[in-house]
Amino acid sequence: MQFGIFTVGDVTTDPTTGRTPTENERIKAIVAIAKKAEEVGLDVFATGEHHNPPFAAPANPTVLLANVAAQTERIILSTSTTLITTNDPVRLAEDYAYAQHLADGRIDLMMGRGNTGPVYPWFGKDIRDGISLAIENYALLHKLWREENVDWEGKSRTPLQGFTATPRPLDGVAPFVWHGSIRSPEIAEQAAYYGDGYFHNHIFWPSSHAAKMVRYYRHRFEHYGHGTADQAIVGLGGQVFMRKNSQDAIREFRPYFDNAPVYGHGPSLEDFMQQTPLLVGSPQQVIEQTLGFREYVGDYQRQLWLMDHAGLPLKTVLEQLDILGEEVVPVLRKEFAALKPAHVPDGPTHASLVEAAGGPREFHTVHAGDDVTGSSPEEVLS
Amino acid sequence: MTLSIAVVTAGLSDPSSTRLLADRLVAESAGLLEASGRDVAVDMIELRPLAHNLADFMLTGFASGDLEGALASVARADAVIAVSPVFTASYSGMFKMFFDALDNDALDGTPVLIAATAGTARHSLVLEHALRPMFAYLRAVVVPTAVFAATEDFGSTSDGALTGRVQRAARQLVALLADQAPSPAERRTTKVTIDNPEDTPDFEDMLSALSR
Repeated sequence: MQFGIFTVGDVTTDPTTGRTPTENERIKAIVAIAKKAEEVGLDVFATGEHHNPPFAAPANPTVLLANVAAQTERIILSTSTTLITTNDPVRLAEDYAYAQHLADGRIDLMMGRGNTGPVYPWFGKDIRDGISLAIENYALLHKLWREENVDWEGKSRTPLQGFTATPRPLDGVAPFVWHGSIRSPEIAEQAAYYGDGYFHNHIFWPSSHAAKMVRYYRHRFEHYGHGTADQAIVGLGGQVFMRKNSQDAIREFRPYFDNAPVYGHGPSLEDFMQQTPLLVGSPQQVIEQTLGFREYVGDYQRQLWLMDHAGLPLKTVLEQLDILGEEVVPVLRKEFAALKPAHVPDGPTHASLVEAAGGPREFHTVHAGDDVTGSSPEEVLS
Repeated sequence: MTLSIAVVTAGLSDPSSTRLLADRLVAESAGLLEASGRDVAVDMIELRPLAHNLADFMLTGFASGDLEGALASVARADAVIAVSPVFTASYSGMFKMFFDALDNDALDGTPVLIAATAGTARHSLVLEHALRPMFAYLRAVVVPTAVFAATEDFGSTSDGALTGRVQRAARQLVALLADQAPSPAERRTTKVTIDNPEDTPDFEDMLSALSR
């Protein structure tokens, strides 16, 4: 089981002080949070991708992930999510393969469609094509990482003839891909078809939605012959705020909850905790709740928590990570491991993927062209 | 087979004239159906108790509490009777919020009887300029007679009396339900959602649809 955190990179006013961090402060805080995540023993740090205020999340997450990779040793760096709808799959193939090399394989990705309406037209797309863009673009990305000379034609970008995405993925093994969707079974179907992971964000909606989506994904994973349903690769989000005494946690978090983007000024904290998986309480309550997720999604591979949104100050977020790393995750790691049957796989890592591929492959770019003038192999050969 | 009628009433007081009008429309419609040998199940949905759930829905995007069941009841009804008080020259905000929360396809082909109440008959065209276009957008089949009741209608038996309009509207609604087999809810093309993921197209079909 992999445990980690995901951020959406929102720049939000701290409702208790009225202070809004600058973009620079927020960006540096996110790097500090990622480093802290490794320090306290978490396995994964994932960043969102956004193209509009109030977010200071990267437009291209590989910039942040490469920076964090240079300052960490062990933690897996991922996205939450990469916009497969509006990004060019060619750029995704090359950027993430490059990041994979820099990070020695500690890179994976989560595909999503994006949640801001205008992001589609900003990139020349139409939100009504969201699902088909996700399907076509990922089909190309999947191919670019696995085939060296790609011929491709589709609706979403210019055709490719004899195209090789460079660099090739590290050891010839593509980064592991998760597909994230709250309510579109087509995306769970896509994840199942490729035998990729499926991630449910599991924070803003009742857990019954996550349970239905995961059940469907598992069923289809088996249908496509990747293994039994309980061997499908499932990730869940979650949102917690902890203090030793649960009443202290509630008192401290309430103003952040009441003013949070997405659900603020709506249901009460108590109602929202009852309706969704949000947990504000003691570390022990978080342990019990998280173990309970397994009861409706089965044995799963990755648990990510949202820890740093709604204007929580950096100091508080780092304290939360300490609690997570010291009191919560070690217990969960042990408990989940004891419950997991042997035939259920662990969360994929670069090492496990290389092993499954029968060992690493090395690549040397063949210079059929002239690497001084930059003329292409096609020009030389034609 | 039992016909289900979902009634949405947005009156705020108790008793409200909106609910009173809804009750008369239901009694008349159900009476006619039962007289022709049909079984009728009526689900009376008062919006006042759902007010908080509706406001929360606008902010969170999911239906909490009894709202989820109310939306489902309207979506699978064979007919809908929708009654709103007139607020500031239109339907009430809560009435609109309920239909905003409803899936856009949920009323496709469903017979709907619309009605409204107000303090004065000068508002009666609200039914034609506000409710009818909204239900047209939702692709519902709105019965020709829309029933408006001003306060004075509850004490009048003159020409065009409320009772006569209620009876005519109910007859028109019942006529739309005469030979409905299968029901609109059954005929509707299923939209793939997490509630029926098994209707998701096979991935190969999704892929090949892209190259068509």
